[in-house]
Amino acid sequence: MPTHNGARVAQADKAAAATIPVETLTVKDYKSDVKPVWCPGCGDFGVLSATYKALAQLQTQRKDVVVVSGIGCSSRTPYFMSTYGFHSVHGRSLPVATGIKLANPDLTVLVMAGDGDLMAIGAGHFPHAAARNINLTCVMMDNQTYGLTKAQASPTSFIGHKTKSTPYGVISKPVKPVLVALTAGATFVARGYSAKPNDLTQLILQGIQHEGFSFLHVQSPCAEFFNTYDYYDEHVTGLPEDWDRHDLGGAISMAATEEKVHLGVFYEEDRPVFERTARGFESERSEFVLEEYLKRFA
Amino acid sequence: MPKQQDNVRARDDFVIRIGGDTAIGGVISTGENFTLAAARLGFRTFTFRTYPAEIKGGHAWFQVRISNRPVFSLGDGCDILIAFDQEAYELHKQDLNTGGVLIYDSDLVSPQHDGFVEYGIPFQNIARHELDFVRGTNVLILGVMAGLFGLNPTALEQGVTSRYKRRAELLEKNLQTLRYGYEYTKKIQKQDKFWLGTADHIARLIMSGNDAIAAGALHAGCRYYAGYPITPASDILETMAIQLPRLGGVCLQAEDEMAALASVLGASYAGTRAMTATSGPGFSLMTELMGLSSMAEIPCVIVNSQRSGPSTGMPTKLEQADLFHALYGGHGDFPRIVLAPASVQNCFRVAVLAFGLAERFQMPVIILSDQSLSQRTETIEHVDAEGFPVMERLRPNGTSPEDYLRFELGSADGVSPMAVPGVDPQTYVAPGLEHDERGHPMLSAQIHEAMTNKRFRKLDAVQRHIDTEEFAPRYGDEEAELGIIGWGATQGSIREAIDRAREKGYKVAAMHPRCLNPLPEQRLREFIASCKRIMVPECNHQGQFAHHLAANLGLKPIRMNKIGGLPFTPGEILAKIEEVLAHAYA
Repeated sequence: MPTHNGARVAQADKAAAATIPVETLTVKDYKSDVKPVWCPGCGDFGVLSATYKALAQLQTQRKDVVVVSGIGCSSRTPYFMSTYGFHSVHGRSLPVATGIKLANPDLTVLVMAGDGDLMAIGAGHFPHAAARNINLTCVMMDNQTYGLTKAQASPTSFIGHKTKSTPYGVISKPVKPVLVALTAGATFVARGYSAKPNDLTQLILQGIQHEGFSFLHVQSPCAEFFNTYDYYDEHVTGLPEDWDRHDLGGAISMAATEEKVHLGVFYEEDRPVFERTARGFESERSEFVLEEYLKRFA
Repeated sequence: MPKQQDNVRARDDFVIRIGGDTAIGGVISTGENFTLAAARLGFRTFTFRTYPAEIKGGHAWFQVRISNRPVFSLGDGCDILIAFDQEAYELHKQDLNTGGVLIYDSDLVSPQHDGFVEYGIPFQNIARHELDFVRGTNVLILGVMAGLFGLNPTALEQGVTSRYKRRAELLEKNLQTLRYGYEYTKKIQKQDKFWLGTADHIARLIMSGNDAIAAGALHAGCRYYAGYPITPASDILETMAIQLPRLGGVCLQAEDEMAALASVLGASYAGTRAMTATSGPGFSLMTELMGLSSMAEIPCVIVNSQRSGPSTGMPTKLEQADLFHALYGGHGDFPRIVLAPASVQNCFRVAVLAFGLAERFQMPVIILSDQSLSQRTETIEHVDAEGFPVMERLRPNGTSPEDYLRFELGSADGVSPMAVPGVDPQTYVAPGLEHDERGHPMLSAQIHEAMTNKRFRKLDAVQRHIDTEEFAPRYGDEEAELGIIGWGATQGSIREAIDRAREKGYKVAAMHPRCLNPLPEQRLREFIASCKRIMVPECNHQGQFAHHLAANLGLKPIRMNKIGGLPFTPGEILAKIEEVLAHAYA
């Protein structure tokens, strides 16, 4: 019987991987040869471009990055990147990313998904990923509509918004993703706007650098079905100059305001990450020896 | 001490059943402690338990078959009934075999004196007033059982000692109560014939099906587990939560079953052997992700410990009614491997096999256990995975990243190389969309057909692995009037029924495949050809396996179905054999 020892194989693999030469990477090195299928003017182009730039600034090796998504326009992102990727099923981007990060904490894991994926069908996973503080970066590209299925209402649509699925206007209050992230326990919470690509690049970069669950709410308008560029150009504003990003109560109040759409880092906190704590037996670590293990049943 | 009477032939293969309200407490633990002590002395045991799905209260029962020869099933009815209360007596007296023994609390139970040997003992009263130890009723009963049926009390004392070794006062109290019960039996005139005698003192393992599945998974290198608590699979989650962190792995209690399987796919994609376990309701929730596993060709192992359904059904009762779901559930055409362990010992081997097949063939592998197998214990000689070939994941090795085809169509067995993030430079996207060889979205008719064929080609290769004696063992006569094809936890009852039928002169045989998809077709066809009739006993209403065999082998078997939450007994199968063959021998 061969011993299937996962840990030992992984170590040998890591040693082999270390021999792969490290290259200097530019923005175009992160692009795949798959052309984005998004409509002209889609905010997601800005998010994709900011992601390339953030990775290039960090010089993260392509083999060490995994971009995970669910279903929707924004969830096509992994195909447009030359890194590893996982285009999963609707709503499950966060748990898939959780498994990847728990299996290999050295990977840089990005979740790139939409408002439907994270705040509707997969909303049950969101507070848990945040509370566990898995060290991954979750970029929510919020276009406030279901673009892929052609313009139905989404959980972040405004009250009164008329769509094919809400012909008399949306009745329910829009979910506030930043507020949800803050109350669920995310340790880095920020908002960006796809039409401000330089700021967005910096936010994604900080999100990746943050050791813990970082959540980026990106207003990313749908030029085709729900064009909100004018609205956001008028409503976005930076957080105050002297903003204290370690004040959870202040961040929650700010996230609840409705007059303006604030951009920047709302909140940041240092907290142990799940994937390290869950493996917290370093000193006692042992190999699995069947004969030893079976003694408990004797 | 009751002496074994010379004029009575000792029966040393018998079933003890203990029943009572869980509010009294100790029904299950009394049985478990007796079983453990007997097993340590070298007796073979086979337990069965069922308990209410309530939080507190409700009727629970436990039974152990005990013998100094190997036992393969729970047996027929019971020989000794220990009734904690009137309800237990009422519920189980019809299962008490002729010549059986009723032991009851004489203050709580009023038996009808219908021909059984009766020992009425005021257990609770003794515990409360004579021993001043209200919670000692169970231990008192253990002492009485040891005295009446010839179990060396030192084994019980050892059990009590190891349980209370850090609490001197409780230890003393328990030992005193145990001895009181044992001494008490000296005052009783033994009227029954059951006596354990001596066993071989060989150390064996006493494990449940869930224990064996978890052990097999750990042995096979599983280092990531995610699960959501659900009866009767939670033991596996609890075992993994203890073991994996020590082994450098991770166990995640997920927020739901979708998250459990999704994270298992993530972990497996990242290069770690990963598993989840659930029961019917959770398995339903996992179905969409099972399709993703098959589409993106990501290995995973899913244990479904079946319980009675549909919906919430009867959570603490067994059924074999998720076979259709395991074989055919989910949207779209996608291959999956379905395995069904046949005994506790087999649970270990099937779990190791599951990981090998998942890694080698990059698809979901479902292990169908059930409540009876998951939660019963058996004494077994040993577990190992001797004779299994090494089955590893195919990796891209030296291919240049530009030339790497994650879903290469060319291979004969359909398996294509799978790169691991963080290790291999050959990056790719795991796709839920239909895709070309590189994994890029491609929704053409030609590519969908080619990729579907590639994915299903892997099942043909799996079939070559499992169409063997090991995974489809045969039992009984070489030429038979009646052949039984069973699956899952029913193996032991079928085997004992075959033995008893052959003793009566019937020519009967059985085959019990461990792999239900793909089927070991060659083995099955040979078996079917050697039997005049085929019967398929299974614990479901629809005859799901019979239907599967009909669809794949053009077979129209005699169906034998049982539902209600209890397993087949050997006697029930024997009776059906005799009924079917009545005219053949007429």
